[in-house]
Amino acid sequence: MRSVKKKGVFGDVREGFIHRLFQASGMLAILILAGILALLLYTSVPAFKEIGFKEFLTSTRWDPTSPEKPEYGFLSMLASTVMITMGAMLLAFPLGVAVASYLSDVASPRVREIVKPIVELLAAIPSVVVGFIGLNLVGPFLARIFNLSNGLNALNGSLLLAIMALPTIISISEDSLNAVPAAYSEASLALGANVWQTLIKIKIPAAASGIMASLMLGMGRAIGETMTVLMATGNARAFPHGFLQSVRTLTANIAIELGEVPFFSTHYYALFALGLVLFLITFFINLSADVILEKQKRKLQ
Amino acid sequence: MKGQSKIKKHQKPVAWLLTAGLSLILLAVFLVSPVSAQRKMVQIKGSDTMVNLVQILAEEYMTKYPGTALAVVGGGSGTGIAAIINGTCDLANHSRDWKKSELDLAYEKGVRPRIFAIAVDALSIVVNEKNPIDTLTMAQVGSIFRGEIKNWKVLGGPDGKISLYGRQSNSGTYSFLQEHVLNNKNYSPEVKEMNGNAQIIEAVTQDAAGIGYVGVGYVYDDRGQLRKGIKVLKIKKDENSPEYSPLDKDAVYSAKYAISRPLYQSTNGKPSAAVSQFLQFELSPEGQAIVEREGFFRIGKDLMEQNEKNLR
Repeated sequence: MRSVKKKGVFGDVREGFIHRLFQASGMLAILILAGILALLLYTSVPAFKEIGFKEFLTSTRWDPTSPEKPEYGFLSMLASTVMITMGAMLLAFPLGVAVASYLSDVASPRVREIVKPIVELLAAIPSVVVGFIGLNLVGPFLARIFNLSNGLNALNGSLLLAIMALPTIISISEDSLNAVPAAYSEASLALGANVWQTLIKIKIPAAASGIMASLMLGMGRAIGETMTVLMATGNARAFPHGFLQSVRTLTANIAIELGEVPFFSTHYYALFALGLVLFLITFFINLSADVILEKQKRKLQ
Repeated sequence: MKGQSKIKKHQKPVAWLLTAGLSLILLAVFLVSPVSAQRKMVQIKGSDTMVNLVQILAEEYMTKYPGTALAVVGGGSGTGIAAIINGTCDLANHSRDWKKSELDLAYEKGVRPRIFAIAVDALSIVVNEKNPIDTLTMAQVGSIFRGEIKNWKVLGGPDGKISLYGRQSNSGTYSFLQEHVLNNKNYSPEVKEMNGNAQIIEAVTQDAAGIGYVGVGYVYDDRGQLRKGIKVLKIKKDENSPEYSPLDKDAVYSAKYAISRPLYQSTNGKPSAAVSQFLQFELSPEGQAIVEREGFFRIGKDLMEQNEKNLR
């Protein structure tokens, strides 16, 4: 009733204004993203000039404050980041998809109403708290299981990141399972398939691209995480040889060194170069997640 | 329709209350802030080794002279020195000397550092209490942290990989050890880099094969007792010299303990009245007594004279 009354000359002006406002905020997001990329590029260029691409891309030693010879190789940190993230996804993806399937197809509405908010609350735990748990609980636990002297290693980081990526994976997977038209599963059930068969053969394949996207987004979350890995992985600079070794990720290295670095020194620019690498990785992961999600939407329509 | 308008009516008071509450809070903030601005604020930043000590000195100072508010934060010596150069703090704590590059940068920016020694630290090498080793030479400590000695067996301990704990490169302790014990060689890439002294103590307590380095104030707990679970190693200057513990006051004061160092604070130029008063408190017999109570050591006569010159 009210909306009808409001329409008229003023209503049109208002509509137009709101339309512009939303358009502007959308543009602003793009501008900010472009700005960040430009800033990173601008501040990384001197690093590549002073260090050289070869050393940056191929050396495994990163020691900018070395009294012998400063070195700026990002390979060990890239390997550590990739390793921890892959480990986290190996743990979180199967579990996340299982929970999502359970919530969308098996659980009673009552259980779903209780479990879903709890899963989402998991995302609200501050990363420093997760790191603290890693340091004081998961670490000593891993040390005892694997008979190590300490638990500050890549596996610890992977476990924690898996926990942190779970909410993303679960809620996006569940959304895409729910987006599968009801007619698909009704047809399957009518043909005599049970819930398990319907889930495995019909629903998950139909929602596959959404589930893939959830994996990518979870991965993006894990790669960018800083505080947790900083606290739990020990931050040793050596090239990683296994999951039970202490590692240092790109994010942790930036966090450790940016606070004290003299402005506009080679070291300062090198840290921005690491930032650029990180930005590109997460950008492409999120971009591919978006592309996959878009594809699924079109397919199901 | 009717139901909707009813809800609207109920929502309104809530919204009003929220708005009123928020504006009250904002008003309170505006009213209070000029009052706190009248108190003299001194920002102190830097060395993690010194943060507890300076925090306690600041607290005692503030109870004595309520007119000044001192805020002490850590972050590492490098962070403190960078903050003085960038003008974001009034007093920097640092447990190492200024590097040449930092001095150059400071002069370029018109910053003229004045350096005061406020205490002496005996850098302590700690291992797990289960470790049978009691004494190491300086050269052995250097080899361990350079990664040349990898197993405790080499040093007469049990067969087991040495698990190294250290600080991050923004730490003055990291630089000091690198310069004076590692002879300006690289640290082993296997060193696990922790966020501060307290984390190193925590890690070595849990790690039977662990070794780490901390400021001497950190080997004591809140009640001034030696912490359980760790062992503070005695250090020999070389193979033939006698061993000394950093807990041995006489050995540190007579400079027989090999790895002791002054702890510094720096200002930009002549310290302001508020900062100068706090520095004088720290250097007074009362302040130095607090330094000793916290496990660190008083400064000697030479450094004290230098300080007095810098205060003028």
